[in-house]
Amino acid sequence: MTKRWWIVPILLTAMATLGRPVAADAQMLMNGAGATFPYPIYSKWFEEYIKVDPEVRFNYQSIGSGGGIRQITERTVDFGASDGPMTDEQLKKAPAELLHIPTVMGAVVATYNLPGNPQLVFTGEVLADIFLGKITKWNDARIKALNPSAALPDQTIVVVHRSDGSGTTYIWVDYLCKISPEWEKEIGRGTSVKWPVGLGGKGNEGVAGQVKNAPGSLGYVELAYAITNKLPAARIKNQAGKLVEPTIESTTAAAAGAVKSMPDDFRVSLTNAPGADAYPIASFTWLLVYKDQPNEAKGKALVKFLWWAIHDGQRHPAALLYAPLPAPVVKQIEAKIKQITFSGKPLLAAQ
Amino acid sequence: MSPGGRRLVSTSVSALTCGAAGLVVCPLLLISGFLLYQGVSAINVDFFLHLPKPVGEVGGGVANAIVGSLIMIGLAVLIGLPVGILGGVYLAESRDRRLPWVLRFVADVMNGVPSIVFGIFAYTVVVLPMRRFSALAGGFALGLILIPIVLRTSEEMVRLVPSALREAGLGLGLPEWKVSLRIVIPAARAGIITGVMVAVARIAGETAPLLFTALGNRFWHQGLDQPIAALPLQIYAYAIAPYDDWHRQAWAGALVLITLVFLASLAARLATRGRIVAR
Amino acid sequence: MAADSLAGVGTADGLALPPRAVSRSRRGVGDRVYRGLILASVWLVLALAGGLLLALGWESWAAIRAFGLRFLITSHWDPVAGEFGALPFIYGTLVSSLLALLIAVPLSLGAAIFLAELAPSWVRPPVAFLIEMLAAVPSVVYGLWGIFVLVPWLRDWVQPALARTLGFLPLFQGPPYGIGMLAAGLILAIMIVPYITSVSREVLLAVPGSQREAALGLGATRWETTRIAVLRYGRSGLIGAILLGLGRALGETMAVTMVIGNRPEVALSLFAPGYTMASVLANEFTEATSDLYVSALVEIGLLLLVVTVAVNGLARLLVWSVGGPARGGRA
Repeated sequence: MTKRWWIVPILLTAMATLGRPVAADAQMLMNGAGATFPYPIYSKWFEEYIKVDPEVRFNYQSIGSGGGIRQITERTVDFGASDGPMTDEQLKKAPAELLHIPTVMGAVVATYNLPGNPQLVFTGEVLADIFLGKITKWNDARIKALNPSAALPDQTIVVVHRSDGSGTTYIWVDYLCKISPEWEKEIGRGTSVKWPVGLGGKGNEGVAGQVKNAPGSLGYVELAYAITNKLPAARIKNQAGKLVEPTIESTTAAAAGAVKSMPDDFRVSLTNAPGADAYPIASFTWLLVYKDQPNEAKGKALVKFLWWAIHDGQRHPAALLYAPLPAPVVKQIEAKIKQITFSGKPLLAAQ
Repeated sequence: MSPGGRRLVSTSVSALTCGAAGLVVCPLLLISGFLLYQGVSAINVDFFLHLPKPVGEVGGGVANAIVGSLIMIGLAVLIGLPVGILGGVYLAESRDRRLPWVLRFVADVMNGVPSIVFGIFAYTVVVLPMRRFSALAGGFALGLILIPIVLRTSEEMVRLVPSALREAGLGLGLPEWKVSLRIVIPAARAGIITGVMVAVARIAGETAPLLFTALGNRFWHQGLDQPIAALPLQIYAYAIAPYDDWHRQAWAGALVLITLVFLASLAARLATRGRIVAR
Repeated sequence: MAADSLAGVGTADGLALPPRAVSRSRRGVGDRVYRGLILASVWLVLALAGGLLLALGWESWAAIRAFGLRFLITSHWDPVAGEFGALPFIYGTLVSSLLALLIAVPLSLGAAIFLAELAPSWVRPPVAFLIEMLAAVPSVVYGLWGIFVLVPWLRDWVQPALARTLGFLPLFQGPPYGIGMLAAGLILAIMIVPYITSVSREVLLAVPGSQREAALGLGATRWETTRIAVLRYGRSGLIGAILLGLGRALGETMAVTMVIGNRPEVALSLFAPGYTMASVLANEFTEATSDLYVSALVEIGLLLLVVTVAVNGLARLLVWSVGGPARGGRA
């Protein structure tokens, strides 16, 4: 055996490099990380995009918006994703200018686990007080008043929030801040806040998982997570006083007002939007990319994907209950994508 | 107490400790049983050959995760094996006073470090300078866990080689390095391999250090300097998600993982059985 | 593991050569390269360990400077405001580990005594084997089992029962989430039992036979022999074994993260969700968005390192005091 000791290192090296995939040629791998909110639609997109451009693979890890912001700032990924827009300080910390490219719109819903799966109604104030810990039982008078016909048990509400840095959290607390002055003063807004009560779940997946497993729980997740896991989504009273169900239409309605006055950097909040049919807890979600790309081949692949995403890609969100981008916004994004450069030269050839 | 009473106490204590041993073994049977029950139904050819499907869709497999784990284990062994063996030989053969003691102490300390701390170290030292998550970073973190285990086992195994072998080699006029490399280490070979298998069984199941080094990948890896999937990472991601299909795959993945780990540990034990008489 | 089964077997006297057995003039190129490689490996290992400490210290310096000792005693973990106090994590780590010890120690010691002293010899190898296999189960598998088997069991049966019978104690108050400190303690207990059992068993086996023979010669029963001759002699080693288990429990990450509830708050009740040092690192490290946040997390990592190293170091000293050093390869 000593004579053939060289077998071992060769075996190990073989294991360590276990060959490139046999079927395809080496593809270019684009790495992204961030929000769990759009993960279902992004994973669908990246799967579909293989047919459009077989040379590139987009590997997306849903680690939360906080993670997306951090990793793109440290340049350990090619693009980030977040549903909480980066603050001015965070943008300043980045080594170069970062762009927010909106991709889809989604709704954050209040989901719960109660026997009989009743369809419940909430107002922003009640939600704020539940998450502040002031309303603790399901059969509290205020919840009963909103849901007279529902069978509400005499059980403690198990509040579930996010344990990781989350854009979904940002959207949720942004809404609560606008509704509840106490929330704004005590807790504030951010991707990671000091929750007065509740259990933490990791990612939209984790919160949905917790709510699904534990009877009596109430959490907030993106609509797609509630629907695919057969969890209910509450109706919420919006600014106009109407009880609105989270749907593609009500999400799109929420954007109507913002579309007219969309800022150039696309950082806009859609929560508590005016409009009779607007769902009050909706938001854009953004991909975070550097305006000046460090690598030409990757930059080209990236802008090509972004262009596809805001045009052909918009066929897919509806099936997963995300709202496609409004047409005027798409025009604005087109102009923005054309500004992405490599060494000063715009990357997007005439499409 | 009467002799009869004392014997009664002795028997009762024997019974109690027997019960304790039974309770201790219980969880293993429970967990393995559950894994088998839940995981077997999800295991099919697809599971081993295919990539994960998009979120929410049923089916797909963990082929890339299994391969990714194998790759990072291979890297860890490549990095850690030479260092561990040479260090172990040093500890067994050196006559110095302080350095061996320090090395032994450091190795034992490293053995007790929580693996997530190694993950932080690997993030700071490999991921940040490289500007990306990678299989290399994951392999490095796993290597850090492997080195102290291999080091101490190699030391013990080399110590067990009879000094007569060494003296014979030197007596024949062979230089020191040939004696060590050609006579001593091969003689300790079985034990060293055992130590490596024990270490591999340990790192195969590690998740925490991979969280911020390998990151994970839903596709085949595209090179060692890119993010890569790993079986324990995939199990973790699936376990905390709400999709039932993912839960099934998590159980199946856990079954595969635990089988691999058990086989490696079993092989390690069997390898030493004929050689050393244990009590 | 295999190495530990060799414990107590007489080891060959060191292979070290008497000094000057090989005169300098005989050292050729091969030898110099060889010695160079060996020393390089040795220094590499030391450098890695040193680098670890250095990297952690460097990264956490900002937080250490900003918060000082306050970090250890404040509960306020607020990334938005930039206020970081690590008390909830320290508390959670300590409580879950101590709870695990409370459950695991009697069982492990009992099993170890059974295996080393009281069991018939045909029973010993298979049971010892099963316990070693338990040590090989990865943490994430324990966590998976914990989420889907242990937690529902706690939520539906154990916690309501405890609340009914012992609910007057602040330890068992609050709604039965299932997830929480109790689940974490239980899972940790299951995970550390094999370690404490194996090491205790070796400690007991290392007690010289003469001790037992003396006691038996005086007419002691099996249990009395064990109690008087073996346990007393191996006492420090057993404490060492327990400390080794504690060291393991302190650093355990995945299984705990999956069942503890991720709530950075100090709460008396075992039913309440909590957070441990290792869990907060697993959950929040990749996404800490400000430098101070990262620094605070790394400081927690440093604390964890220091505490586990201290506990493990002490444990090893105690175990060596009974059986002698050269216990290799086991965590």
